[in-house]
Amino acid sequence: MRALKQPGLWLYVGGLLFWGLVILFLQDPTLRETSFTLLMYVGLASSLNILLGYTGYVSFGHIVFFGLGGYVGFYLLSHLGWSLYPAALFGGIFCSVLASLLGLAVLRLRGAYFALATIGVNEAARAFVSNFSPFGGATGMSLDYSGYSLYGGSMKALWLAFILVWLIAIAVVIMSYLVKQSRFGLGLMAIREDEDAAMVMGVKAPQAKTWAYALSAFFPGLIGTIYFFKNGNVEPGDAFRLHLSIEMLVMIMLGGQGTVLGPILGSLGYERLRGYLLVSPLFKNLHLAISGVALLLIILFVPAGAVGWLRRRFPRLRGVLE
Amino acid sequence: MQQLINSLTDGFLLGFVYGLAAMGLSLIWGVMSVINLAHGPVITVGMLTTYLLFVHLGLNPYLGMVVVAGVGLALGLLIYAIAVHRVISAPHLSSLLATFAVNMIMLGVFNAVFGGDQNNINYSLGSLSIGFLNLTYSRLLAALGAMLFTAFLYLFLFFTRTGKAIRAVANNREAAELMGIPSYRMLALSFGLGSLLAAVAGSLISTIFPFTIFSGGPYELKSFVICVLGGLGNPLGALIGGLALGLMEGVIPIWMPTSWVPVVEFGLFVFVLVVKPSGLLGAK
Repeated sequence: MRALKQPGLWLYVGGLLFWGLVILFLQDPTLRETSFTLLMYVGLASSLNILLGYTGYVSFGHIVFFGLGGYVGFYLLSHLGWSLYPAALFGGIFCSVLASLLGLAVLRLRGAYFALATIGVNEAARAFVSNFSPFGGATGMSLDYSGYSLYGGSMKALWLAFILVWLIAIAVVIMSYLVKQSRFGLGLMAIREDEDAAMVMGVKAPQAKTWAYALSAFFPGLIGTIYFFKNGNVEPGDAFRLHLSIEMLVMIMLGGQGTVLGPILGSLGYERLRGYLLVSPLFKNLHLAISGVALLLIILFVPAGAVGWLRRRFPRLRGVLE
Repeated sequence: MQQLINSLTDGFLLGFVYGLAAMGLSLIWGVMSVINLAHGPVITVGMLTTYLLFVHLGLNPYLGMVVVAGVGLALGLLIYAIAVHRVISAPHLSSLLATFAVNMIMLGVFNAVFGGDQNNINYSLGSLSIGFLNLTYSRLLAALGAMLFTAFLYLFLFFTRTGKAIRAVANNREAAELMGIPSYRMLALSFGLGSLLAAVAGSLISTIFPFTIFSGGPYELKSFVICVLGGLGNPLGALIGGLALGLMEGVIPIWMPTSWVPVVEFGLFVFVLVVKPSGLLGAK
């Protein structure tokens, strides 16, 4: 476990731990809500980064796992009366299994074809769930208010949701770091650089890709269940937002793809920027356009993202900026 | 039976318009291997331009199409110059995200200027009855317009010097450059042409259905489906794919509720991509 001896891992995990503890200590509901959203994005973006940043496969519809995991977990919660923990776990595992099955088919596609296929999978899933009557069709499902009594009332349940998302975000970051330092991660990065050459060198590309896909689908499934548990209802439009999927890509690009710190910084930066634009009277109506301009500037001029830029600019920091 | 034939012809006529929009996407992909995620807003631009010309200047929507074509071409050239040119040789992620950024910018601007209201071009032409067959003139004219633009595109690509140059660049950019073709000008022109087709398709759609500023999005997704059915980068395949999709939309509601149509469409889309990525009509 070479990774455990490196300062970077401890720095990121320590930072996230400290953040959550401060929120728990302050007991401020507004702060908790913003932190919930931010940590959720950290978790989602970091899981997508395993597929996008390490393996180089652009998944435009990764939100499908958030939505489907959320739907499955929510169904278990509300209709079968499962407790939150096994329901969330099952949501995550369901997504992993689904991803490995789906991966057998779509991971054979490369580049833009793969990206198109993932958009198609997301749209197909949304359309299917909107028509699937056990999941409530187009209106979705909602949780009975008494459902929260199991967790000590709805107030306690909100705190529980925050703590879970916080722990999951930390777990994702640790996993992301470990994968990057492992032999498996090196194989993924070899695939990213040149898949054919990697296969010649003995990387078992189909297996490695499928594992990466399954791994990056697991945490969105978990997070989805917790998110919809906290919301108390789930509906197709909310679960399969293609836009959110692409925002995850933006966060990763902003922070720097293929790095552990990148998605963390990117999601914090993007969410702060959007929050500022949404409340500022001057930019309120134009917030989408301004986010677009920011994205375009990054793609055109800083394609390596913030962390990539820092690594190139300050070689001494490379030990910490993984 | 009557209902079947009626919905089939309706779908068939609409299919030409779908095909036109998809042809724009397919042309851009074929020439520069860029998937244009700003296709939807460009379709919306076509709708909005037609609407504004009709409401403020009282211009006939079908005459307005000439203006729309010009706007589409200019917009395409602009998008190419600002967003696409720098990332044309970069990995796919860059061009996908760059065009998506354009998509966000355009939607943001529409939202600030026009808001999310539904717009409707109130220009009814009545309908034509042949026996039990009922056709609205607006659909007939839309199909006719789409055919006309397809014919223009075909003539342009195959019988003019510039069109041949575009095809040469699509075939092999380096070789084309060695033959003295200014390849970047051809790339810009084909992006402009692709946007022109999208804008015209949007304009034709706006004469049939009411629309909002977000209406372009679903047609962009349909264009993806069509392109994959007909083979990415094959404009004629896109037209046939569009007709197939239009017919499907006409036929499927007979057996199952209309809301299942997208399930079938996108299911087929993923299936075709996985089984035969070159498209049902693809070469190899």
